[in-house]
Amino acid sequence: MNNKTINHAAWIFVLPVVALVAFNAIIPLMTVVNYSVQETFGDNTFFWAGVIWFEEVLHSSRFHDALLRQLAFTFTILAIEVPLGVAIALAMPRKGAWVSVCLVTMALPLLIPWNVVGAMWNIFALPDIGLLGRGLNALGFDYNFTRQPGDAWFTLILMDVWHWTSLVVLLAYAGLVSIPDAYYQAAKIDGAGSFAIFRFIQLPKLKRVLTIAVLLRFMDSFMIYTEPFVLTGGGPGNSTTLLSIDLVKIALGQFDLGPAAAMSLIYFLIILLLSWVFYTLMMRSEAQ
Amino acid sequence: MRRYSWLVPTLYILFLMLPIYWLLNMSFKTTNEILGTFTLWPQEFTLENYRVIFTDPTWYNGYINSLIYVTLNTVLSVAVALPAAYAFSRYRFLGDKHLFFWLLTNRMAPPAVFALPFFQLYSAVGLFDTHLAVALAHTLFNIPLAVWILEGFMSGVPKELDETAYVDGHSFWSFFLKIFVPTIAAGIGVAAFFCFMFSWVELLLAKTLTAVDAKPIAATMTRTASTSGYELGLLAAAGSLTIVPGAFVIYFVRNYIAKGFALGRV
Repeated sequence: MNNKTINHAAWIFVLPVVALVAFNAIIPLMTVVNYSVQETFGDNTFFWAGVIWFEEVLHSSRFHDALLRQLAFTFTILAIEVPLGVAIALAMPRKGAWVSVCLVTMALPLLIPWNVVGAMWNIFALPDIGLLGRGLNALGFDYNFTRQPGDAWFTLILMDVWHWTSLVVLLAYAGLVSIPDAYYQAAKIDGAGSFAIFRFIQLPKLKRVLTIAVLLRFMDSFMIYTEPFVLTGGGPGNSTTLLSIDLVKIALGQFDLGPAAAMSLIYFLIILLLSWVFYTLMMRSEAQ
Repeated sequence: MRRYSWLVPTLYILFLMLPIYWLLNMSFKTTNEILGTFTLWPQEFTLENYRVIFTDPTWYNGYINSLIYVTLNTVLSVAVALPAAYAFSRYRFLGDKHLFFWLLTNRMAPPAVFALPFFQLYSAVGLFDTHLAVALAHTLFNIPLAVWILEGFMSGVPKELDETAYVDGHSFWSFFLKIFVPTIAAGIGVAAFFCFMFSWVELLLAKTLTAVDAKPIAATMTRTASTSGYELGLLAAAGSLTIVPGAFVIYFVRNYIAKGFALGRV
């Protein structure tokens, strides 16, 4: 890292990337900024509106509720997926034919289109024709995710755990196999128990990959749209309306461009801010 | 305790397979059986749902469209990310750190935010409803990811390799294409895998940017659900088929997965 040469001509190498991403990021972002400060009466004429949309969004209880639901969802799935993923990676075999089988089957959910994931869980959880719905009702639970908010949340979180825990498993597994055997032998000579091995050898090695895992899971779960939209459509009522679902409802459903644009920018800033906080916190703890 | 540790991955895989099994199960049933009775496996086994998909162009064109833009996107993302990642891993230049972070922020942009502006942008430049539009739109999140992954792999290659090549009389491009690219082949495989994955599974942007000619299979599925009644068997068959390309890709990269998922930064 430290022995890089200073070479400003290297800009030529990054130019294609910058051009493509700028085309995709800056023009649409400026469109959003434009809408966020203007008012229209629908005849394609726009008026300067200042920050009224930002004030409206920041004060609306609808946005607060969606944001709270989003935070609850994101932190719940992080609290389940990260420890579960590490536990599964620890229990996985290190050598032999089973490794390939495990890796391939575990990676499978990651490559299923998101709306298919939603549709699959919908069919799986329906109380009349779904295996999960039927099963839970047969066990005596009154389960119906299309009617009861609690059940909808349970299904949503179970679906996300199903969909994404494998990412944590694969990352953690990659971290674990990179630990040289000599470390374990040294630990054995010192008479370390399995918890001590985990705490002092495996966990420090995992920090780096877990940083990536937590960041990716945080960003992606905060942007989640398709799966809950297909599974519950944000319902019953508004109980599973997360930020993206609410945003699309406002922007494309009601076509309220101003408030939608202001909400987009606030939403994006929240993700940036929280990602940055995560990133610096974890980098700092790694540096220690 | 060690002796029973195999139970954990086994149970987890079982949990992963259950919904997939249920989808497959549905895809081999007739609509009557799905709605009329509750059966753990198909009683009147039928391939009718698959026959419809393979004979109706609106269905199978969806798969072809998806595969075209995903491939286009993967090639494009990796091709432009390669030199950029090299620059980030080898040189310091004006604004390099800011640029790297700015690229990553695009990975954090919710597609829902960009759906409408993307529609307007790609309509304005005349690319609406083309494979290229979706491929370009998906570079928004795939290029940053590809640069991030490749930079990690490249930083693991000692600089002496570059220097020896120049001493041996290689020009930059001859070194880059003949020596450097083969050295980080695993990294390129992993980056391509991730680009394929995120482009294949994304629906919101792909659906917003297409109407007829480039409509992805995922969008075909949502429309069938609403127009021609709720044909669950057909939907399940279409869904089952979307798992196939992913399974193929995983099979080919399975040896790189363990190392590659760590993005070369372990």
